[in-house]
Amino acid sequence: MTDSVHRGEHLTGAEGVLITPADLVGGGVRGDDPDLRGKFGVFGGRYVPEALIPALDEVAAEYEKAKTDLGFIREFDHLLRTYAGRPTTLTEVPRFAEQAGGARILLKREDLTHTGAHKINNVLGQALLTKRLGKTRVIAETGAGQHGVATATAAALLGLECVIYMGAVDCERQALNVARMKLLGATVVPVTNGSQTLKDAINEAFRDWVTNVDHTHYLFGTVAGPHPFPEIVRDFARIIGVEARRQVLELTGRLPDAVAAAVGGGSNAIGIFHAFLDDESVQLHGYEAGGRGAETGEHALTLTMGSIGVLHGSRTYVLQDEEGQTIESHSISAGLDYPGVGPEHAWLKDSGRAVYHGVTDAEAMEAFSLLARTEGIIPAIESSHALAGTLKLGRELGPDAVILVNLSGRGDKDMGTAMKYFNL
Amino acid sequence: MTTLQTVFEKARAENRSALVGYLPAGFPSKDGAVAAATAMVEAGCDVIEIGLPYSDPLMDGPTIQDAVHRSLMNGTRIGDVMRTVEGVAKSGAATLVMTYWNPVDRYGAERFARDLASAGGTGTITPDLTPEESEPWLAASKEAGIDTVFLVAPSSPDERISRVVSCCTGFVYAASLMGVTGARESVGSAAEGLVKRTRSHTSLPVCVGLGVGNGRQAAEVAAYADGVIVGSAFIRRLLDAPDEKSGLAAVRELADELARGVRH
Repeated sequence: MTDSVHRGEHLTGAEGVLITPADLVGGGVRGDDPDLRGKFGVFGGRYVPEALIPALDEVAAEYEKAKTDLGFIREFDHLLRTYAGRPTTLTEVPRFAEQAGGARILLKREDLTHTGAHKINNVLGQALLTKRLGKTRVIAETGAGQHGVATATAAALLGLECVIYMGAVDCERQALNVARMKLLGATVVPVTNGSQTLKDAINEAFRDWVTNVDHTHYLFGTVAGPHPFPEIVRDFARIIGVEARRQVLELTGRLPDAVAAAVGGGSNAIGIFHAFLDDESVQLHGYEAGGRGAETGEHALTLTMGSIGVLHGSRTYVLQDEEGQTIESHSISAGLDYPGVGPEHAWLKDSGRAVYHGVTDAEAMEAFSLLARTEGIIPAIESSHALAGTLKLGRELGPDAVILVNLSGRGDKDMGTAMKYFNL
Repeated sequence: MTTLQTVFEKARAENRSALVGYLPAGFPSKDGAVAAATAMVEAGCDVIEIGLPYSDPLMDGPTIQDAVHRSLMNGTRIGDVMRTVEGVAKSGAATLVMTYWNPVDRYGAERFARDLASAGGTGTITPDLTPEESEPWLAASKEAGIDTVFLVAPSSPDERISRVVSCCTGFVYAASLMGVTGARESVGSAAEGLVKRTRSHTSLPVCVGLGVGNGRQAAEVAAYADGVIVGSAFIRRLLDAPDEKSGLAAVRELADELARGVRH
């Protein structure tokens, strides 16, 4: 028998308190929770083949039950603590901050989690959900390979069959992650159609799902896609911000002035933003991949340059031409190389609660190398976009500012790119 | 303009199912698509679906993906889709556009419905538009006097079927199996049951698509459905042909075989 709990009740026991049901599901019904149709304002919803609607309904219904089931929350909490390595630490980076006008910069170290990126949080939650759904197989898309590695890891841990779809171009630039996934027992399918990157991997994963939906869960990796994925992925990632908010208060005695994160699909950014939505004094800054520059057309500036449309089952900002054809994105970081974005970010942008900016490949690579040289931390190139943005933001906010940055992943996987870029 | 109602009345009078053929606009070329669809009509297709090529066709299998990709590489635009509809409608077939939602959304629902009606199009099939999101499209289509066809699937529970058919005019598209488009060895065993369940919610004709590729399968489906939908098998003929002329002949041959199937 499962015990259902009220929001706000804490988990206690030998392991102490890590998450509460309220941490997991948010602070109650608010403007940022999607409505029954999965809408964040005009964004979100479901634009998918009818064949998938029953599966999406099933996932949504099971998640509704799971998020108030203390047994499920305990299990999730246990895995986050004993397997993923939570809580992750907060690291102050004063030498790096010298280049940011002397503001206090605090990094939320998601790079120190098992598998090396924030993706593990969502994956463990959804893998547990897969078990509850009685399904035996998971599929996932991956760009940089981090979500694929995390999914393959959780599948190995919980005994699930695992197939990962990855664009052929990404397979090449992230060869190390392909090998990791294979070692973990997953089948990696290179996707050779379209732009051969993340968006095409998502198309292919949807095709698999509609064919094998009776025994397969699509373990979606970001806060995009049809309802209920934007909500579920956000909830499983929001622990990042919940921990960081407590840690910043403890360390500095106050809330940060700004929170910064990189935005591709948007899961690490939502994960750290969400706990701060009600803190009106805290600015939220998202940094998209500016690629070779906004003016070149070779970028992934979905929120800053895109227009409203439908991609991968959800209404959101999209890089598209005047006839609704998706424009291929470009970024040096595979994880941000996506022409869509989660609908909640679209909503945060239009409501003005969060602000989104572009960071070019060159700026990101400069921040990548700067953090390595000044602090001994090699960040993922994705996270380096947030670091580059923070350098500018710090100069704007001044030396009294406290800026919290989501260091969403580590850079080991990016060494091939770095070797080429810096002639190492 | 031939309406879907006329098509299904005629087929019923002849005690057979209707034959529905699919081709994307701009494939194998802009004129080639009109020629191929016209050949399909001459050989017995009652309805033609013109596919609007889209960059992210997540309901389509490799054959249609390939054709659509080539079409987009040929520079096919929505204006070309409308011209293709105009050309095909002259053949006397009821002509629909099958499209993912985003191109219509971007073009403007009212403008799209109006332009399609002026081109002689009789309606649309929208595989990723759910009833929950369909209000703007239903209003625009009604205003322009065109039909709206939506899909039901083997996984659809009765309450979903009821909801989907309430948005449909013209006919209901029943997906024969759980999967993407593409010809298969056998048509899904779930198709007949799905048609039966769908009929208990609507008096509209129910057509079956996904996986049908030859005369035998067409005959099998025609035994229980009001229409048989074939797409990938036509495209396969065009892809495999050494030139457009032999492609046309191959398409005509397949349409003839299927037309005999639905009359079986």
